[in-house]
Amino acid sequence: MGRKILLEHAHIPDIYTYEVYRRYGGYRAVEKALKTMTPDEVVEEVKKSGLRGRGGAGFPTGMKWSFLAKPEGVPRYLLCNADESEPGTFKDRYLMQHLPHLLIEGMIVSSYALGAHTSYIYIRGEYTWLLFHLERAIAEAYAAGWLGKNILGTGYHLDLYVSPGAGAYICGEETALIESLEGKRGNPRIKPPFPAVKGLWQCPTVVNNVETLAAVVPIVNDGGDEYAKIGVGRSTGTKLISACGNIQRPGVYEVELGLPVEEFLYSDEWCGGIKGGKRLKACVPGGSSVPILPYPLVTKTASGEPRLLSYESLADGGFATGSMLGSGGFIVYDEDQCIVRNTWNFTRFYRHESCGQCSPCREGTGWMEKVLWRLENGQGKMSDIDLLVDIAQKIEGNTICPLGDAAAWPVASAIRHFRDEFEWHVRQPKLCLERNYGLLEDKTPVADWSTA
Amino acid sequence: MPKVKIDGFEVEVPEGTTILQAARQIGGDVVPPAMCYYSTLQGSGGKCRTCLVKVTKASERDPRPLPKLVASCQQVVMDGMEVANISSEEVLNARRGVVEFLLINHPLDCPICDQAGECHLQDLAFEHGLASTRYEFERRTFEQIDIGPYIKLHMTRCILCYRCVHVANQLTDERVHGVMYRGDHAEISTYIEKAIENDFSGNVIDVCPVGALTDRTFRFKSRVWFLNPMNAHRDCDKCAGKAVVWMYGSEIYRVTARKDAYGEVHDFICNTCRFDKKERTDWVIEGPAHIDRHSVISQNHYEDEEKVVR
Ligand SMILES: Cc1cc2nc3c(=O)[nH]c(=O)nc-3n(C[C@H](O)[C@H](O)[C@H](O)COP(=O)(O)O)c2cc1C
Ligand code: SF4
Ligand code: SF4
Ligand code: FES
Repeated sequence: MGRKILLEHAHIPDIYTYEVYRRYGGYRAVEKALKTMTPDEVVEEVKKSGLRGRGGAGFPTGMKWSFLAKPEGVPRYLLCNADESEPGTFKDRYLMQHLPHLLIEGMIVSSYALGAHTSYIYIRGEYTWLLFHLERAIAEAYAAGWLGKNILGTGYHLDLYVSPGAGAYICGEETALIESLEGKRGNPRIKPPFPAVKGLWQCPTVVNNVETLAAVVPIVNDGGDEYAKIGVGRSTGTKLISACGNIQRPGVYEVELGLPVEEFLYSDEWCGGIKGGKRLKACVPGGSSVPILPYPLVTKTASGEPRLLSYESLADGGFATGSMLGSGGFIVYDEDQCIVRNTWNFTRFYRHESCGQCSPCREGTGWMEKVLWRLENGQGKMSDIDLLVDIAQKIEGNTICPLGDAAAWPVASAIRHFRDEFEWHVRQPKLCLERNYGLLEDKTPVADWSTA
Repeated sequence: MPKVKIDGFEVEVPEGTTILQAARQIGGDVVPPAMCYYSTLQGSGGKCRTCLVKVTKASERDPRPLPKLVASCQQVVMDGMEVANISSEEVLNARRGVVEFLLINHPLDCPICDQAGECHLQDLAFEHGLASTRYEFERRTFEQIDIGPYIKLHMTRCILCYRCVHVANQLTDERVHGVMYRGDHAEISTYIEKAIENDFSGNVIDVCPVGALTDRTFRFKSRVWFLNPMNAHRDCDKCAGKAVVWMYGSEIYRVTARKDAYGEVHDFICNTCRFDKKERTDWVIEGPAHIDRHSVISQNHYEDEEKVVR
């Protein structure tokens, strides 16, 4: 049984209420931090913990916090990114549903560490019920004296608000989130300046993911060193993984970083293997934005090492044979799934969610979507495959925000690993409408990974 | 003052200068094309990505190259920075990509477009584009909209450079003109199809790099290259009254603001000057306006003395 530090109490009835949460040791971290630690000491513990951002990029949280500019007389803000809209990712939702007070507690401690007196939870617009759920929890926290003026008599004051988005994936990008929170159209800003210097209302701002902020609670309670003992190498602590697709037991799991993918995928404690006893075809291990892995590369790296659920191991092999931990959206495909259709579906999403500011992403996503639709429907040409690779290349790295890259990678990686399946769609324009390619004609390993 | 080298040419510029502005001080081929940046509009640029360049050396202090291509209209120069524009195949390749992206949904209606001859996208495509297209799908189209009595919005031609949005934002107190929807279905729009009610709204026409915003009082009157652009001025209580009048014989066909070598307006003009003053007697004509781009407009040799009608 893996160790749980975030979801330890998630199964307890009514843990979402203040009373039960408190009874199980909730808000100890606030007491400890505000009464016995300076803000810098909290930052120090987070640095020691090795905690890395759980929103996708995996940037070390302590380092991010120490970059925050602290000019005199200018307010600072902490924003919680609860926009969670990446296909395949639904861990923050689970955490906020079951443990809203854990997030609030994490935000109080983190705001204290950063010297913020107003903090916001920017929540995905479609999570309407969670908005009310959180607001109710926040009201409880105010009533119990954990928010508002003079918290625990320490003189520290904090106001916490929840603000809903209006249904745009792009508002999860931190600067688009800030624009949206300011009441504007959610276009990502051109960086620099970075939010740490000029964020919300042009003031220094930190944006962190829900899970990142929740993890600050056990870090403060047990100390950064204790937290750092969990995990492997530079991937410390636990990670929430939302597993979905063709598996026996989809759901949200808390795993110690470093758990072998093979164990996670096949053990009955976790995913329980592929549904219906079928064979594994592919896996997108970190949400729709990360490269897809064909089955031989899911449980092992190209060099034959076991693949682990960690930032480093999932990225092993770079773009040629690796992927990324991303936001922890673990999507599994069995032998009957069509990679071309899946690639089209992801691309359709990015096309729909592009903010349209920069030409490569605005025009390129739409173009790729149309070409993929044609291929999936037996109207494609052989040259379409290289055309897609070329469009993806011309988007990648040339845009304002990483959505362009996120749109390009799934296409590039699907073609890299499943080119035979794309070609089959061209060669078999009728058959591809009747059935999927599956693994039947699979000659995998197709790619020569040593040279890729 | 920081020194920067662009394609091997060195220039010394004030602190805070962007690569694009530094390149413009050098001039010539090293100047990256700019479809969205506009020096006189605050906050413009960064979007079209045609001005991407390669920073091969970040600065004297940190000589490492920057990992990605950067938008030269946004990136500020550092002392000792070295930049490759036309000397980098990577840049030229990316730029060809951007031009292709800008063109895939652009209608090929230049023959009936008022902007033809002074369209920056036409120039860009001519210099960096391919002769044929790899795009085999239906292009995006929109209904034309009249924004008030003077301005026509032909969204189908828009490249979403946001210049007109900056003009509107910087001219009016309310946000009446902006972008609706997202991605490749984004469109320029006014608040419930209202006109932008402001004496300077006509400037959106001048900043538009393509034919998406055109002058309704001039639509289909003439091709611009048949007209003679003349610098002219008048006493105006709203603006500086310095403009270019576009003449055919002794008739004034249209009035625009004066543009610099990069097609940018420094003195925006009011709607009275632009739309209402079309009599020869309204203006004091100074002489031919110089059109600096390798434009088809300069092909009619209007700058020759004998052709000038005064
Ligand atoms: C298109 C796009 C969407 C994103 N969506 C989210 C999101 O829904 N939730 C999130 O936490 N981070 C999201 N991010 C990442 C954020 O920009 C940011 O890196 C993150 O919130 C930082 O928090 P962390 O350091 O705690 O991970 C997104 C990034 C991009 C480019
Ligand atoms: S990359 Fe896409 S989403 Fe990001 S700013 Fe550009 S158009 Fe918008
Ligand atoms: S209408 Fe013209 S100025 Fe406005 S965004 Fe479109 S192309 Fe740019
Ligand atoms: S001119 Fe620089 S991005 Fe458009």
